[in-house]
Parts: sequence; structure tokens; C-alpha cells
Amino acid sequence: MHQFLFLLFGAFCVGGAINLLLQKKTINSALSLIVVMGSLALIYLLLGAEFVAVVQVIIYAGAIMVLYVFVIMLLNAGKEEEVQGSHVAKIFGIPGLFAGGIIGIWVLLQHRPDDKLLPIGAMYGPADKVGELLFTKYLLAFEVTSILVLIAIMGAVVLTRRSRS
Amino acid sequence: MIPISWYLLLSAFLFACGVTGFLTKRNIITLFMSIELMLNGVNLSFIAFATRLQTLDGHIFVFFVMVVAAAEAAVGLAIIISVYRTRETLNVDRVNLLKL
Repeated sequence: MHQFLFLLFGAFCVGGAINLLLQKKTINSALSLIVVMGSLALIYLLLGAEFVAVVQVIIYAGAIMVLYVFVIMLLNAGKEEEVQGSHVAKIFGIPGLFAGGIIGIWVLLQHRPDDKLLPIGAMYGPADKVGELLFTKYLLAFEVTSILVLIAIMGAVVLTRRSRS
Repeated sequence: MIPISWYLLLSAFLFACGVTGFLTKRNIITLFMSIELMLNGVNLSFIAFATRLQTLDGHIFVFFVMVVAAAEAAVGLAIIISVYRTRETLNVDRVNLLKL
């Protein structure tokens, strides 16, 4: 059951990622990215990361992607312009990519440590445990994060404001 | 029972898709979405390793990555809007004022 669910949502992830690359219209790419993020949230749930799964849906699939779709509509981003890629890159790039990938995988397989199986519910990451860690061990980083978000808000406002002159 | 390498393979695939999109796409919004895809791939390997090592620190790191991604999206999209206002284009090849 666990394997079936992983393969199902993994297939959704892979399909969404490939679709993002193949689509010409920006809005279609954004929608397939939402599919990727939603299925990743379910994979996080399979790994027992409850808090991260919920945050993934709220922040990534919710807030960030709404921002993207909003900007796509605002700027009326239609089809991508066709560009002429270099022929050298087409001839040598794709076989080179495959060769490099195969060599990389082969090297990694040579030095592989034990491939431990992760049973369902191998670890339970509920929100209270994560919050406890966040407010004790990582308290300073958490507070700095709030300043970062504040600066990002101010930066977004300043950058999008029209100058009066 | 799922081997951890499956999660890492999925993560690596998502990251590779992000890199490919970043290098081949020409629309500046699609470039930003490719960056989000790369961050998602990294997050998946964080969670997989957190489960493998039985520690919650990976979850905290994913949280911070998400915060940085949100800040990056806000500022980046603001920059895209102001670039579009001055250049009237979303094609990164046409935004070449800094190029010699």
C-alpha cells in the first residue's frame, strides 16, 4: 500500500515536472508546478512529516503559487517566444548529459551505503515537536527569519511602487 | 517499506528538471518557477534524510527553506513587474542592459 501510494504520487511529481518543461504557456507551467507541490505534500505525509506537509500546501501551493498566477495574469504572460538554440549544444549537449548522468549514477552506486528501508510511520513529526525545536534550539534563526520576511515585504513594496515624478 | 534511495532519486529528478528549465526556458516567470522546483527537490531529500536519521532537524531546515523561498518569490516577482514596466518584455534575452 505504502509503495503504491509513493509510486502514484511520485508519478504525479515526475509528470508535473516534465509538463512544466514542455508547456509553452506560462500559466500551464504554473498549474503543473502546483500539481508537483501538492503531490510532494502527500509524499511528506507518507514520510510522517505532518507539519511540513501542511506548510507545503499552505505556503507553497497556496501563497507562493497564488502570487505567481497573479503576476502571470497581471503581466498578461502568454506564449513563450521561440528561440533558436545553438546547434553545437543540441548535438553534443544531450548525449553528453546522458553520459555524464550515467557515469555519475555508476560512481554513486559504487559508494552506496546500506539502503535502509523506510516503513510507513517510521518517524512521526507532529507540529508540537517541530514547534518545540523551533522555539528552543533554533530560536535565533527563527527570529532572524521574521526580520528577513519583513525586509522582503518592504522590498516588494518599494520595487513595485510607481515613482511620482 | 520504501528504500530511501527512491526518495533521493525523485528529489534528484525534480532538481534536474529545475536546472533544465532554468537553462532552457526564456520566460523570466518560468525561470523563477524552475528555481521553486529545485527548492522542492532539495526539501524532499531533507525530509527523507530526517526520517532516515530519526531527527526532526531536517523539518526545521525545510521550514527555513520555505521562508526563504517565499521571500524570494515576493522580491523576485516585484523585480519582474518593474522590469516589465521599463522593458515591456518578459524574455530574459531582451533584458541585456548589463551585458557588454
